[in-house]
Amino acid sequence: MSDIAIRAENLSKKYNIATEKIRHDTFSDQLAYGFKSIFHRNIQKKPSNKAFMALKDVSFEIKEGEIVGIIGQNGAGKSTLLKILSRITVPTSGRADIYGRIGSLLEVGTGFHPELSGRENIYLNGAIIGMKKEEIRRQFDAIVDFAEIGKFLDTPVKRYSSGMYVRLAFAVAAHLEPEILLLDEVLAVGDIAFQKKCLGKIGNIAKCGRTVIFISHNMTAVNSLCERVLWVSGGEIIEDGPATDVVSSYLATSGGVTNNVSEEIWNDMSEAPGNDTVRLRCIQVRRQEGHASEPLTMQTAFQVEVEFWNMLDEAQLHITIHLYNSEGLIVFSTGSLNKQILPKGLFRSVGYFPGDLLNSGRHRFSVLVVKNLSSVIYSYESQVAINILDVREREGTWYGKEPGVVQPLLKWTTECLCEMS
Amino acid sequence: MESTAEIGFKKPFSVIQPQWGLFQLDLVSIWHYRELLYFFVWRDVLLRFKQTVIGAAWVILQPLITMIIFTLIFSKLAKMPSDGIPYPVFAFTALLPWSFFSQALMRSSASIVQSSNLITKIYFPRLLIPVAASIAPIVDLFFSFLFLLVLMSWYKITPTWGILALPLFLALAIMTALAVGLWSSAINVRYRDIANIIPFVCQVWMYASPVAYPVSMVPENWRLFYSLNPMVGVIEGFRWALLGKGNPDFMVMAVSSVAVLLLLTSGVVFFKRMEQSFADDI
Repeated sequence: MSDIAIRAENLSKKYNIATEKIRHDTFSDQLAYGFKSIFHRNIQKKPSNKAFMALKDVSFEIKEGEIVGIIGQNGAGKSTLLKILSRITVPTSGRADIYGRIGSLLEVGTGFHPELSGRENIYLNGAIIGMKKEEIRRQFDAIVDFAEIGKFLDTPVKRYSSGMYVRLAFAVAAHLEPEILLLDEVLAVGDIAFQKKCLGKIGNIAKCGRTVIFISHNMTAVNSLCERVLWVSGGEIIEDGPATDVVSSYLATSGGVTNNVSEEIWNDMSEAPGNDTVRLRCIQVRRQEGHASEPLTMQTAFQVEVEFWNMLDEAQLHITIHLYNSEGLIVFSTGSLNKQILPKGLFRSVGYFPGDLLNSGRHRFSVLVVKNLSSVIYSYESQVAINILDVREREGTWYGKEPGVVQPLLKWTTECLCEMS
Repeated sequence: MESTAEIGFKKPFSVIQPQWGLFQLDLVSIWHYRELLYFFVWRDVLLRFKQTVIGAAWVILQPLITMIIFTLIFSKLAKMPSDGIPYPVFAFTALLPWSFFSQALMRSSASIVQSSNLITKIYFPRLLIPVAASIAPIVDLFFSFLFLLVLMSWYKITPTWGILALPLFLALAIMTALAVGLWSSAINVRYRDIANIIPFVCQVWMYASPVAYPVSMVPENWRLFYSLNPMVGVIEGFRWALLGKGNPDFMVMAVSSVAVLLLLTSGVVFFKRMEQSFADDI
């Protein structure tokens, strides 16, 4: 019989949407409010706060040594759940019992300081994520080896390439050895080779009998790493079971055959996704030819248009799109790599996608606004989704979906080199 | 926020649930995380000396220049008495704990907001952040202390045995900075006005402390009220410990210490209350 590692009972988390505002308010507003409520008895108790339940009465048990994936759309409550379990935030009600030392990695490189050297950051970051000094010292060489930073160990990390930075950050994280590990999509780092190494490392952690909870949008990773999956939607667990079953029912409703969403438009700038520097105005997919109502097929050339407000003076900005397939894999990343310096204003970037490139199935986009060709200043997971149909007439006997993330139409030749008599 | 107890032989067991008790201060976890406290202080110290050309010299230069200005204005122009001690030494001895205190106060007040990237990503007792911020300036204090010794030997003043009591007054200064820092850093999460208020508070506070003038200038019947300001005790203590100036006013120091303890205790209680919502509000 295996022991319980985590028992969650009726965990709920309520956010007041107004708290988002208080942050920009000043003390004087609160004082003014306070005075008003003294002199006017019948004033409304509070400007009616909209409460938002990020988690509603979530209960589950996780046994020691289980590898559990948590999937669900953005805003479903996955991260809130992880934040509660890792004690970053307190549940509004309910409780969770944790048996064992818990370690959480919601991002890699938490607390890295650009001025400090690689060596110093290993110690600092290690201590922050919960390693003892002795533990870090013991694992130090392994961490440096894993990160492949070699001679740059004593260079300030601000001089590191982004790849080196991420490798070092993951290397420290990978050597954390708690009994229960909470991971939030930290896999999506580094180049392909390093990602493989990371996945391997996580697989190893899992094999050592440690309990792992893993949030991801990458269904392939979830499928291959986890035995059990919790599907969270609207703050509730709507399915809990073996990974393959839950993943396929998740894909069927969210990633599967639902209709295309071909545009997202925000007319009100204050509600548009973005930050102080850039704000999106619209994301739109349209066919390069033909009528908008015609379906997108594997042969259709289409374009993705992104309109955004730039609020920076003279910034070199460009739009990058990450195209995801229904398994959550990035099919590819493409960017305008615009070298122009943009003044403040509204801009439209258009990416042209040729036909005979993508495989069939549902595709989603992430839109990233990148500054100086290097730093992402805003990224947004678009609700825009397109379903690419496979309507090719095939003369062979294979009618299923072709394997692979893309289906480019390549030129092939066959010639006879030598005829046998 | 959590209660930890050992269950069975090895497994730490913890419960996560909302807590509303006023005195669940959980100071034990600070002890568990003492290494992290050390690393936070270590980081602050490292950063202080990186990327500055003359490094440690800045630490001495700031109080040194203030001392020169004070000497010109208060001693030469205003003919301020200094209890029979050469005015530069008199002022520098006070500037030592004062610059430490103002550094510690400013840094700890800003500390929580500045650590927002940590607070939203990982758990550790939040109390460590302001505590580390108010300890780190000790390094500055150490360097300017060395300079004070040079200054004293220049004026041929030999320190007395009272110097052994110095850590006590230093602790009082740390506690004062931390007490205010706990309040202000927690309020700063919700109301960023604090960031504007604190430098101003520091300025007023300096004139309310005997940095540029001796306590003896304060009218006798106001003395007790005056010494509710803990920095009065700290600065008087430093002057007594280093310069052997007369007999220290123990009444002043006792009143100061009690004031600090009250402020610190309430600060910890308040901070622990606010701590639960840091990650959501920051």
